[in-house]
Amino acid sequence: MPKTYADINAKIQAGKAVVVTAEEMIGIVEEDGAAKAAERVDVVTTGTFAPMCSSGAMLNTGHTTPRMRFTKVWLNEVPAYAGLAAVDFYIGATELPENDPRNRNHPGLFSYGGAHVIEDLIAGRDVRMVAEAYPTDCYPRQDLETLINIGDLNQAYLLNPRNAYQNYGVAVNLNEDRDIYTYMGVVQADLGSASFCSAGQLSPMLNDPYYRTIGIGTRLYLGGGVGYVYFQGTQHNPTEARAENGVPMGGAGTIGVVGDMNQMRSDLVVGVSMYGYGVSLALGLGIPIPILDEDMARYTAVKDEDIVAPVLDYSREYPYREGGPLGHVSYAQLKSGHIEVRGRKVPTTPLSSYVRAQAIAEELKEWIQAGEFLLSQPAELLPSADSGQGFKSLNERPFNNGGVV
Amino acid sequence: MADRRIVMHFPPTMIDEPIISGLVKTYDLGFNILRASITPQQEGVMVLVLEGTEDALDAALRDAQEKGVRIEPLEMEIVRDEDKCTECGACVNICPTEALAIDLQTRHVTFDPDKCIACELCVPVCPPRAMQIAL
Repeated sequence: MPKTYADINAKIQAGKAVVVTAEEMIGIVEEDGAAKAAERVDVVTTGTFAPMCSSGAMLNTGHTTPRMRFTKVWLNEVPAYAGLAAVDFYIGATELPENDPRNRNHPGLFSYGGAHVIEDLIAGRDVRMVAEAYPTDCYPRQDLETLINIGDLNQAYLLNPRNAYQNYGVAVNLNEDRDIYTYMGVVQADLGSASFCSAGQLSPMLNDPYYRTIGIGTRLYLGGGVGYVYFQGTQHNPTEARAENGVPMGGAGTIGVVGDMNQMRSDLVVGVSMYGYGVSLALGLGIPIPILDEDMARYTAVKDEDIVAPVLDYSREYPYREGGPLGHVSYAQLKSGHIEVRGRKVPTTPLSSYVRAQAIAEELKEWIQAGEFLLSQPAELLPSADSGQGFKSLNERPFNNGGVV
Repeated sequence: MADRRIVMHFPPTMIDEPIISGLVKTYDLGFNILRASITPQQEGVMVLVLEGTEDALDAALRDAQEKGVRIEPLEMEIVRDEDKCTECGACVNICPTEALAIDLQTRHVTFDPDKCIACELCVPVCPPRAMQIAL
Protein backbone atom coordinates (compact mmCIF):
# COMPACT_ATOMS: atom_id res chain seq x y z
CA MET A 1 0.00 0.00 0.00
CA PRO A 2 1.53 3.31 -1.03
CA LYS A 3 1.90 5.89 1.74
CA THR A 4 1.18 9.60 1.51
CA TYR A 5 3.11 12.51 2.98
CA ALA A 6 0.20 12.99 5.38
CA ASP A 7 0.43 9.36 6.56
CA ILE A 8 4.14 9.72 7.20
CA ASN A 9 3.83 13.08 8.95
CA ALA A 10 1.07 11.72 11.19
CA LYS A 11 3.42 8.92 12.23
CA ILE A 12 6.25 11.40 12.83
CA GLN A 13 3.99 13.53 15.03
CA ALA A 14 2.87 10.45 16.93
CA GLY A 15 6.52 9.50 17.47
CA LYS A 16 5.90 6.25 15.56
CA ALA A 17 7.71 6.87 12.30
CA VAL A 18 10.46 4.45 11.36
CA VAL A 19 13.40 6.56 10.20
CA VAL A 20 16.69 5.12 9.01
CA THR A 21 19.74 6.52 7.22
CA ALA A 22 20.47 5.67 3.60
CA GLU A 23 23.33 3.48 4.84
CA GLU A 24 21.04 1.53 7.14
CA MET A 25 18.44 1.16 4.37
CA ILE A 26 20.90 -0.85 2.27
CA GLY A 27 20.96 -3.71 4.78
CA ILE A 28 17.21 -3.53 5.43
CA VAL A 29 16.31 -3.93 1.76
CA GLU A 30 18.93 -6.64 1.27
CA GLU A 31 17.48 -8.59 4.17
CA ASP A 32 13.73 -8.02 3.83
CA GLY A 33 13.32 -7.06 0.19
CA ALA A 34 12.00 -3.74 -1.11
CA ALA A 35 8.29 -4.53 -0.59
CA LYS A 36 8.62 -5.34 3.11
CA ALA A 37 11.09 -2.51 3.64
CA ALA A 38 8.61 -0.06 2.09
CA GLU A 39 5.95 -1.12 4.58
CA ARG A 40 8.26 -0.91 7.55
CA VAL A 41 10.36 2.19 6.83
CA ASP A 42 8.77 5.63 6.53
CA VAL A 43 11.72 7.94 5.95
CA VAL A 44 15.30 7.51 4.77
CA THR A 45 17.71 10.31 5.65
CA THR A 46 20.65 11.29 3.46
CA GLY A 47 23.61 13.63 3.89
CA THR A 48 26.52 15.21 2.16
CA PHE A 49 29.29 17.60 3.18
CA ALA A 50 31.43 19.04 0.41
CA PRO A 51 32.53 22.23 -1.32
CA MET A 52 29.57 23.74 -3.18
CA CYS A 53 30.83 26.79 -5.07
CA SER A 54 27.46 28.04 -6.26
CA SER A 55 26.41 29.31 -2.85
CA GLY A 56 26.00 32.69 -1.27
CA ALA A 57 24.24 34.77 1.36
CA MET A 58 21.45 37.30 1.01
CA LEU A 59 21.73 39.97 3.68
CA ASN A 60 19.74 42.99 4.79
CA THR A 61 21.28 45.36 7.33
CA GLY A 62 18.32 47.62 7.99
CA HIS A 63 18.44 51.30 7.07
CA THR A 64 21.11 53.80 8.00
CA THR A 65 20.45 57.33 9.25
CA PRO A 66 20.32 59.27 6.98
CA ARG A 67 19.16 56.68 4.46
CA MET A 68 21.50 55.21 1.87
CA ARG A 69 21.02 53.02 -1.21
CA PHE A 70 24.14 50.87 -1.28
CA THR A 71 25.70 50.73 -4.73
CA LYS A 72 28.91 49.01 -3.65
CA VAL A 73 29.44 46.88 -0.57
CA TRP A 74 32.49 45.14 0.84
CA LEU A 75 32.49 42.68 3.75
CA ASN A 76 35.95 42.14 5.24
CA GLU A 77 37.17 43.61 1.92
CA VAL A 78 35.28 41.01 -0.13
CA PRO A 79 32.90 42.67 -2.63
CA ALA A 80 29.20 41.91 -2.33
CA TYR A 81 26.59 42.53 -5.02
CA ALA A 82 24.38 45.50 -4.19
CA GLY A 83 22.40 45.99 -7.39
CA LEU A 84 19.17 45.46 -5.46
CA ALA A 85 16.96 47.62 -3.28
CA ALA A 86 18.52 49.96 -0.76
CA VAL A 87 20.11 47.80 1.92
CA ASP A 88 19.87 44.35 0.35
CA PHE A 89 23.06 42.74 -0.84
CA TYR A 90 24.32 39.30 -1.79
CA ILE A 91 27.75 37.89 -1.13
CA GLY A 92 28.87 34.99 -3.29
CA ALA A 93 30.97 32.16 -1.85
CA THR A 94 33.76 32.38 -4.43
CA GLU A 95 34.22 36.17 -4.36
CA LEU A 96 37.73 37.37 -3.50
CA PRO A 97 39.05 40.60 -2.00
CA GLU A 98 40.02 42.97 -4.80
CA ASN A 99 43.64 42.99 -3.61
CA ASP A 100 43.96 39.19 -3.45
CA PRO A 101 46.92 38.20 -5.67
CA ARG A 102 44.85 35.42 -7.29
CA ASN A 103 47.18 33.15 -9.24
CA ARG A 104 49.78 35.82 -10.00
CA ASN A 105 52.20 33.83 -7.86
CA HIS A 106 50.98 30.41 -8.91
CA PRO A 107 49.60 28.46 -7.13
CA GLY A 108 47.67 31.12 -5.23
CA LEU A 109 46.63 30.49 -1.64
CA PHE A 110 43.14 32.05 -1.70
CA SER A 111 43.09 32.30 2.06
CA TYR A 112 39.94 34.40 2.40
CA GLY A 113 36.85 35.08 0.35
CA GLY A 114 33.07 35.27 0.35
CA ALA A 115 32.66 31.81 1.84
CA HIS A 116 34.83 32.81 4.79
CA VAL A 117 32.69 35.92 5.31
CA ILE A 118 29.63 33.65 5.42
CA GLU A 119 31.34 31.35 7.91
CA ASP A 120 32.36 34.36 10.06
CA LEU A 121 28.78 35.66 10.10
CA ILE A 122 27.39 32.25 11.08
CA ALA A 123 30.03 31.92 13.80
CA GLY A 124 28.69 35.18 15.23
CA ARG A 125 31.89 37.09 14.53
CA ASP A 126 31.76 40.78 13.69
CA VAL A 127 32.41 41.60 10.04
CA ARG A 128 33.75 44.93 8.72
CA MET A 129 31.31 46.45 6.27
CA VAL A 130 32.16 49.30 3.90
CA ALA A 131 29.56 50.72 1.51
CA GLU A 132 29.42 53.47 -1.11
CA ALA A 133 26.49 55.14 -2.80
CA TYR A 134 25.54 58.06 -4.97
CA PRO A 135 23.16 60.49 -3.31
CA THR A 136 19.50 60.85 -4.20
CA ASP A 137 16.75 62.93 -2.62
CA CYS A 138 15.42 59.87 -0.82
CA TYR A 139 18.80 58.25 -0.12
CA PRO A 140 21.27 61.09 0.54
CA ARG A 141 24.05 59.23 2.35
CA GLN A 142 27.19 58.30 0.36
CA ASP A 143 29.56 56.44 2.70
CA LEU A 144 29.37 53.85 5.43
CA GLU A 145 31.93 52.02 7.56
CA THR A 146 30.60 49.81 10.32
CA LEU A 147 30.91 46.46 12.02
CA ILE A 148 27.99 44.16 11.43
CA ASN A 149 26.95 40.99 13.19
CA ILE A 150 24.43 38.37 12.13
CA GLY A 151 22.39 39.11 15.25
CA ASP A 152 21.85 42.71 14.09
CA LEU A 153 20.69 41.91 10.56
CA ASN A 154 17.06 41.78 9.46
CA GLN A 155 17.65 38.78 7.22
CA ALA A 156 20.64 36.56 6.66
CA TYR A 157 19.92 33.52 4.55
CA LEU A 158 21.90 31.23 2.33
CA LEU A 159 20.56 31.36 -1.20
CA ASN A 160 22.47 28.78 -3.18
CA PRO A 161 21.69 28.40 -6.87
CA ARG A 162 23.36 25.00 -7.27
CA ASN A 163 23.92 22.50 -4.49
CA ALA A 164 23.87 18.77 -3.86
CA TYR A 165 25.01 17.73 -7.35
CA GLN A 166 23.61 14.33 -8.19
CA ASN A 167 26.88 12.52 -8.90
CA TYR A 168 30.04 14.15 -10.24
CA GLY A 169 33.08 13.46 -12.38
CA VAL A 170 36.36 12.06 -11.04
CA ALA A 171 39.35 14.30 -11.81
CA VAL A 172 42.68 12.87 -12.96
CA ASN A 173 45.72 14.49 -14.53
CA LEU A 174 47.26 12.99 -17.67
CA ASN A 175 49.95 15.65 -17.87
CA GLU A 176 53.15 13.76 -17.17
CA ASP A 177 55.09 16.65 -15.68
CA ARG A 178 52.85 19.04 -13.86
CA ASP A 179 50.47 18.83 -10.88
CA ILE A 180 47.29 20.75 -11.61
CA TYR A 181 45.39 22.99 -9.21
CA THR A 182 41.65 22.71 -9.67
CA TYR A 183 38.35 23.04 -7.86
CA MET A 184 38.82 19.30 -7.34
CA GLY A 185 41.96 20.06 -5.31
CA VAL A 186 45.53 19.34 -6.34
CA VAL A 187 45.50 16.53 -8.91
CA GLN A 188 48.93 14.97 -9.16
CA ALA A 189 50.79 14.63 -12.44
CA ASP A 190 50.86 11.51 -14.58
CA LEU A 191 47.79 9.82 -13.04
CA GLY A 192 49.26 10.50 -9.59
CA SER A 193 45.85 10.92 -7.95
CA ALA A 194 42.11 10.93 -8.67
CA SER A 195 39.82 13.42 -6.90
CA PHE A 196 36.18 12.63 -6.28
CA CYS A 197 33.46 14.59 -4.56
CA SER A 198 30.25 12.80 -3.65
CA ALA A 199 28.97 10.99 -0.58
CA GLY A 200 27.90 8.18 -2.96
CA GLN A 201 25.32 5.96 -1.29
CA LEU A 202 24.51 8.65 1.32
CA SER A 203 24.25 11.49 -1.19
CA PRO A 204 20.74 13.04 -1.25
CA MET A 205 19.90 13.02 -4.94
CA LEU A 206 21.48 9.64 -5.62
CA ASN A 207 18.83 8.19 -3.30
CA ASP A 208 15.96 9.61 -5.33
CA PRO A 209 17.40 9.32 -8.83
CA TYR A 210 14.27 10.48 -10.68
CA TYR A 211 13.34 13.21 -8.12
CA ARG A 212 10.04 11.55 -7.30
CA THR A 213 10.02 13.27 -3.89
CA ILE A 214 12.38 16.24 -4.33
CA GLY A 215 11.04 19.51 -5.69
CA ILE A 216 10.08 23.06 -4.91
CA GLY A 217 9.38 23.36 -1.20
CA THR A 218 11.17 20.20 -0.07
CA ARG A 219 12.21 20.83 3.54
CA LEU A 220 15.79 19.78 4.17
CA TYR A 221 18.78 19.99 6.47
CA LEU A 222 21.06 22.87 5.57
CA GLY A 223 24.22 23.76 7.45
CA GLY A 224 22.80 22.57 10.76
CA GLY A 225 19.45 24.33 10.32
CA VAL A 226 16.30 23.90 8.29
CA GLY A 227 16.25 24.88 4.63
CA TYR A 228 14.14 24.41 1.53
CA VAL A 229 14.50 23.67 -2.16
CA TYR A 230 13.39 26.86 -3.92
CA PHE A 231 13.80 25.71 -7.54
CA GLN A 232 15.76 23.35 -9.73
CA GLY A 233 19.44 24.16 -9.41
CA THR A 234 21.37 25.80 -12.22
CA GLN A 235 22.67 23.26 -14.73
CA HIS A 236 20.03 20.76 -13.56
CA ASN A 237 20.41 18.06 -16.17
CA PRO A 238 17.97 15.20 -15.67
CA THR A 239 18.70 13.67 -19.10
CA GLU A 240 22.27 12.68 -18.24
CA ALA A 241 22.90 9.02 -19.18
CA ARG A 242 21.63 6.63 -16.51
CA ALA A 243 22.61 3.13 -15.45
CA GLU A 244 20.02 0.34 -15.34
CA ASN A 245 19.16 1.21 -11.74
CA GLY A 246 18.20 4.72 -12.86
CA VAL A 247 21.22 6.38 -11.26
CA PRO A 248 22.88 9.02 -13.47
CA MET A 249 26.40 8.11 -14.57
CA GLY A 250 27.71 11.66 -14.21
CA GLY A 251 26.72 15.09 -12.90
CA ALA A 252 22.94 15.37 -13.38
CA GLY A 253 20.30 16.85 -11.05
CA THR A 254 20.93 19.89 -8.87
CA ILE A 255 18.84 21.93 -6.45
CA GLY A 256 18.65 25.59 -5.53
CA VAL A 257 18.32 25.85 -1.75
CA VAL A 258 17.59 28.52 0.82
CA GLY A 259 17.88 28.56 4.60
CA ASP A 260 18.14 30.89 7.58
CA MET A 261 21.79 31.39 8.54
CA ASN A 262 20.78 32.15 12.12
CA GLN A 263 20.03 28.45 12.60
CA MET A 264 23.29 27.28 11.06
CA ARG A 265 26.59 26.16 12.56
CA SER A 266 30.02 27.28 11.45
CA ASP A 267 31.35 23.70 11.47
CA LEU A 268 28.83 22.83 8.74
CA VAL A 269 29.19 26.01 6.68
CA VAL A 270 32.92 26.33 6.19
CA GLY A 271 34.96 28.67 4.00
CA VAL A 272 37.53 26.62 2.12
CA SER A 273 40.60 27.56 0.07
CA MET A 274 41.32 25.46 -2.98
CA TYR A 275 45.06 25.88 -3.59
CA GLY A 276 45.75 27.47 -6.96
CA TYR A 277 42.03 27.67 -7.72
CA GLY A 278 40.01 29.90 -5.42
CA VAL A 279 37.55 29.99 -2.55
CA SER A 280 34.53 27.76 -2.05
CA LEU A 281 31.98 26.95 0.63
CA ALA A 282 31.95 23.48 2.19
CA LEU A 283 28.40 22.85 3.19
CA GLY A 284 26.44 20.17 4.99
CA LEU A 285 23.11 19.25 3.42
CA GLY A 286 20.69 16.39 3.99
CA ILE A 287 17.34 15.49 2.47
CA PRO A 288 14.75 13.20 4.07
CA ILE A 289 13.21 10.87 1.54
CA PRO A 290 9.69 9.59 2.17
CA ILE A 291 9.31 5.89 1.42
CA LEU A 292 6.05 6.27 -0.43
CA ASP A 293 6.23 2.88 -2.12
CA GLU A 294 8.40 -0.08 -3.02
CA ASP A 295 10.27 1.85 -5.73
CA MET A 296 11.40 4.46 -3.21
CA ALA A 297 12.62 1.66 -0.92
CA ARG A 298 14.63 0.24 -3.80
CA TYR A 299 16.05 3.64 -4.80
CA THR A 300 17.13 4.51 -1.26
CA ALA A 301 18.92 1.16 -0.93
CA VAL A 302 21.38 2.14 -3.63
CA LYS A 303 24.95 1.32 -2.63
CA ASP A 304 28.40 2.51 -3.60
CA GLU A 305 29.00 -0.47 -5.92
CA ASP A 306 25.97 0.53 -7.96
CA ILE A 307 26.87 4.19 -8.50
CA VAL A 308 29.44 4.97 -11.17
CA ALA A 309 31.17 8.22 -12.04
CA PRO A 310 33.11 9.20 -15.18
CA VAL A 311 36.88 9.64 -14.95
CA LEU A 312 37.88 12.91 -16.61
CA ASP A 313 41.28 14.33 -17.49
CA TYR A 314 41.42 17.78 -15.93
CA SER A 315 44.75 18.65 -17.58
CA ARG A 316 43.25 18.71 -21.07
CA GLU A 317 39.89 17.03 -21.66
CA TYR A 318 37.89 18.97 -19.08
CA PRO A 319 39.25 22.50 -19.56
CA TYR A 320 39.40 22.36 -23.36
CA ARG A 321 36.42 20.03 -23.80
CA GLU A 322 38.41 17.56 -25.86
CA GLY A 323 37.66 13.86 -25.92
CA GLY A 324 35.50 12.03 -23.43
CA PRO A 325 35.73 10.15 -20.15
CA LEU A 326 38.64 7.76 -19.66
CA GLY A 327 36.16 5.26 -18.22
CA HIS A 328 33.75 4.86 -15.32
CA VAL A 329 34.47 3.74 -11.77
CA SER A 330 32.15 2.96 -8.87
CA TYR A 331 32.11 4.75 -5.53
CA ALA A 332 33.04 1.45 -3.92
CA GLN A 333 36.23 1.51 -5.98
CA LEU A 334 36.82 5.20 -5.25
CA LYS A 335 36.41 4.60 -1.51
CA SER A 336 38.78 1.60 -1.56
CA GLY A 337 41.63 4.09 -1.89
CA HIS A 338 42.61 3.26 -5.47
CA ILE A 339 41.02 3.08 -8.88
CA GLU A 340 42.42 1.73 -12.12
CA VAL A 341 42.86 4.11 -15.05
CA ARG A 342 44.56 3.05 -18.26
CA GLY A 343 45.84 -0.05 -16.50
CA ARG A 344 47.47 1.98 -13.73
CA LYS A 345 46.65 2.01 -10.04
CA VAL A 346 45.71 5.58 -9.09
CA PRO A 347 45.24 6.65 -5.44
CA THR A 348 41.96 8.47 -4.77
CA THR A 349 41.53 11.83 -3.05
CA PRO A 350 38.10 12.52 -1.55
CA LEU A 351 36.93 16.13 -1.24
CA SER A 352 33.61 15.20 0.31
CA SER A 353 33.70 14.29 4.00
CA TYR A 354 31.94 10.99 4.44
CA VAL A 355 32.05 11.14 8.25
CA ARG A 356 30.30 14.52 8.15
CA ALA A 357 27.74 13.14 5.67
CA GLN A 358 27.03 10.29 8.10
CA ALA A 359 26.67 12.74 11.00
CA ILE A 360 24.20 14.86 9.01
CA ALA A 361 22.05 11.87 8.00
CA GLU A 362 22.11 10.75 11.63
CA GLU A 363 21.18 14.19 13.02
CA LEU A 364 18.33 14.59 10.54
CA LYS A 365 17.09 11.14 11.54
CA GLU A 366 17.07 12.22 15.19
CA TRP A 367 15.14 15.42 14.37
CA ILE A 368 12.46 13.42 12.58
CA GLN A 369 12.31 10.76 15.29
CA ALA A 370 11.86 13.52 17.85
CA GLY A 371 8.93 14.90 15.86
CA GLU A 372 10.75 18.20 15.28
CA PHE A 373 10.99 17.94 11.52
CA LEU A 374 8.08 17.13 9.20
CA LEU A 375 8.33 16.22 5.55
CA SER A 376 6.93 18.63 2.98
CA GLN A 377 5.25 17.55 -0.21
CA PRO A 378 6.81 19.53 -3.07
CA ALA A 379 4.62 22.16 -4.71
CA GLU A 380 6.16 20.99 -7.95
CA LEU A 381 8.68 18.23 -8.64
CA LEU A 382 11.97 18.87 -10.42
CA PRO A 383 12.08 18.14 -14.15
CA SER A 384 13.02 14.47 -14.45
CA ALA A 385 14.50 12.14 -17.07
CA ASP A 386 11.37 12.36 -19.23
CA SER A 387 11.38 16.18 -19.35
CA GLY A 388 13.72 16.45 -22.30
CA GLN A 389 15.63 19.14 -20.41
CA GLY A 390 19.33 18.89 -21.21
CA PHE A 391 22.48 20.83 -20.44
CA LYS A 392 23.30 23.46 -23.05
CA SER A 393 26.70 24.88 -23.82
CA LEU A 394 27.07 28.53 -24.70
CA ASN A 395 26.62 29.11 -28.39
CA GLU A 396 28.93 32.10 -28.87
CA ARG A 397 27.75 34.62 -31.43
CA PRO A 398 30.38 37.30 -32.12
CA PHE A 399 29.14 40.87 -32.52
CA ASN A 400 28.95 42.12 -36.07
CA ASN A 401 29.27 45.76 -37.11
CA GLY A 402 31.41 46.61 -34.09
CA GLY A 403 28.70 45.52 -31.72
CA VAL A 404 25.82 47.41 -33.28
CA VAL A 405 22.95 44.97 -33.31
CA MET B 1 73.75 7.60 21.32
CA ALA B 2 71.79 10.75 20.60
CA ASP B 3 69.96 12.13 17.64
CA ARG B 4 69.54 15.63 16.23
CA ARG B 5 66.79 16.77 13.88
CA ILE B 6 68.31 19.53 11.80
CA VAL B 7 67.86 21.61 8.67
CA MET B 8 71.07 22.05 6.58
CA HIS B 9 71.31 24.86 4.06
CA PHE B 10 73.98 24.38 1.39
CA PRO B 11 75.17 27.42 -0.61
CA PRO B 12 75.02 26.96 -4.43
CA THR B 13 78.81 26.49 -4.60
CA MET B 14 78.66 23.46 -2.34
CA ILE B 15 75.82 21.41 -3.63
CA ASP B 16 77.97 18.96 -5.54
CA GLU B 17 80.27 18.26 -2.60
CA PRO B 18 79.67 14.99 -0.72
CA ILE B 19 79.26 16.70 2.66
CA ILE B 20 76.92 14.22 4.28
CA SER B 21 78.84 11.09 3.35
CA GLY B 22 82.03 12.76 4.58
CA LEU B 23 80.49 13.54 7.96
CA VAL B 24 78.99 10.09 8.28
CA LYS B 25 82.34 8.39 7.66
CA THR B 26 84.48 10.75 9.73
CA TYR B 27 82.25 10.88 12.78
CA ASP B 28 80.63 7.44 12.58
CA LEU B 29 77.10 8.82 12.32
CA GLY B 30 73.83 7.32 11.26
CA PHE B 31 71.46 9.46 9.21
CA ASN B 32 67.94 9.58 7.90
CA ILE B 33 67.05 12.18 5.28
CA LEU B 34 63.52 13.44 5.82
CA ARG B 35 63.43 15.89 2.97
CA ALA B 36 65.91 17.22 0.43
CA SER B 37 65.56 19.94 -2.12
CA ILE B 38 68.66 20.69 -4.15
CA THR B 39 68.43 22.48 -7.46
CA PRO B 40 71.38 23.72 -9.56
CA GLN B 41 72.40 27.37 -8.99
CA GLN B 42 70.27 27.60 -5.87
CA GLU B 43 70.63 26.89 -2.20
CA GLY B 44 70.15 23.26 -1.26
CA VAL B 45 68.04 22.40 1.76
CA MET B 46 68.11 19.09 3.57
CA VAL B 47 66.08 18.06 6.59
CA LEU B 48 67.59 15.11 8.36
CA VAL B 49 68.11 13.22 11.56
CA LEU B 50 71.74 12.52 12.51
CA GLU B 51 72.56 9.83 15.07
CA GLY B 52 75.80 9.43 16.98
CA THR B 53 77.46 10.25 20.27
CA GLU B 54 76.96 13.78 21.60
CA ASP B 55 80.64 14.59 21.05
CA ALA B 56 80.62 13.25 17.50
CA LEU B 57 77.45 15.17 16.65
CA ASP B 58 78.87 18.42 18.04
CA ALA B 59 82.09 17.93 16.12
CA ALA B 60 80.33 16.96 12.89
CA LEU B 61 78.03 19.98 12.94
CA ARG B 62 80.96 22.30 13.72
CA ASP B 63 82.88 20.78 10.83
CA ALA B 64 79.95 21.26 8.42
CA GLN B 65 79.46 24.86 9.54
CA GLU B 66 83.15 25.57 8.95
CA LYS B 67 82.73 24.25 5.42
CA GLY B 68 79.96 26.81 4.86
CA VAL B 69 76.79 24.86 5.62
CA ARG B 70 74.22 26.80 7.62
CA ILE B 71 72.56 24.57 10.22
CA GLU B 72 69.36 25.13 12.15
CA PRO B 73 67.60 22.80 14.53
CA LEU B 74 64.31 21.45 13.19
CA GLU B 75 61.92 23.01 15.62
CA MET B 76 58.96 23.31 13.37
CA GLU B 77 56.14 20.86 13.52
CA ILE B 78 52.81 20.48 11.81
CA VAL B 79 49.70 20.40 13.93
CA ARG B 80 46.12 19.72 12.98
CA ASP B 81 43.46 22.11 14.22
CA GLU B 82 40.83 19.54 15.09
CA ASP B 83 38.07 22.16 15.14
CA LYS B 84 38.84 23.16 11.57
CA CYS B 85 39.46 19.74 10.03
CA THR B 86 36.38 18.46 8.21
CA GLU B 87 37.92 15.03 7.54
CA CYS B 88 37.47 15.31 3.79
CA GLY B 89 40.73 13.60 2.83
CA ALA B 90 42.11 16.16 0.37
CA CYS B 91 45.47 16.00 2.18
CA VAL B 92 45.99 12.27 2.13
CA ASN B 93 47.68 11.70 -1.22
CA ILE B 94 49.97 14.69 -0.93
CA CYS B 95 51.48 13.36 2.32
CA PRO B 96 54.72 11.49 1.48
CA THR B 97 54.94 9.54 4.74
CA GLU B 98 51.30 8.48 5.27
CA ALA B 99 51.16 10.57 8.44
CA LEU B 100 47.79 11.59 7.02
CA ALA B 101 45.61 8.65 6.12
CA ILE B 102 42.00 7.57 5.73
CA ASP B 103 40.69 4.68 7.75
CA LEU B 104 38.94 2.77 4.97
CA GLN B 105 36.44 1.25 7.39
CA THR B 106 35.34 4.32 9.36
CA ARG B 107 36.28 6.97 6.73
CA HIS B 108 37.93 9.02 9.47
CA VAL B 109 40.99 10.99 8.36
CA THR B 110 43.81 10.36 10.81
CA PHE B 111 46.98 12.34 11.52
CA ASP B 112 49.98 10.65 13.12
CA PRO B 113 52.46 13.36 14.21
CA ASP B 114 55.18 10.73 14.76
CA LYS B 115 55.21 9.97 11.04
CA CYS B 116 55.15 13.65 10.04
CA ILE B 117 58.40 15.06 8.67
CA ALA B 118 57.09 18.63 8.58
CA CYS B 119 57.44 18.87 4.80
CA GLU B 120 54.47 21.30 4.85
CA LEU B 121 52.93 19.94 1.64
CA CYS B 122 49.57 19.46 3.37
CA VAL B 123 49.40 23.04 4.66
CA PRO B 124 48.20 24.85 1.52
CA VAL B 125 46.39 21.78 0.18
CA CYS B 126 44.00 21.53 3.14
CA PRO B 127 40.77 23.31 2.07
CA PRO B 128 39.78 24.58 5.55
CA ARG B 129 43.48 25.14 6.37
CA ALA B 130 43.40 22.91 9.40
CA MET B 131 47.04 21.82 8.92
CA GLN B 132 49.22 24.49 10.47
CA ILE B 133 52.88 25.16 11.09
CA ALA B 134 53.75 25.45 14.76
CA LEU B 135 57.15 26.84 15.68
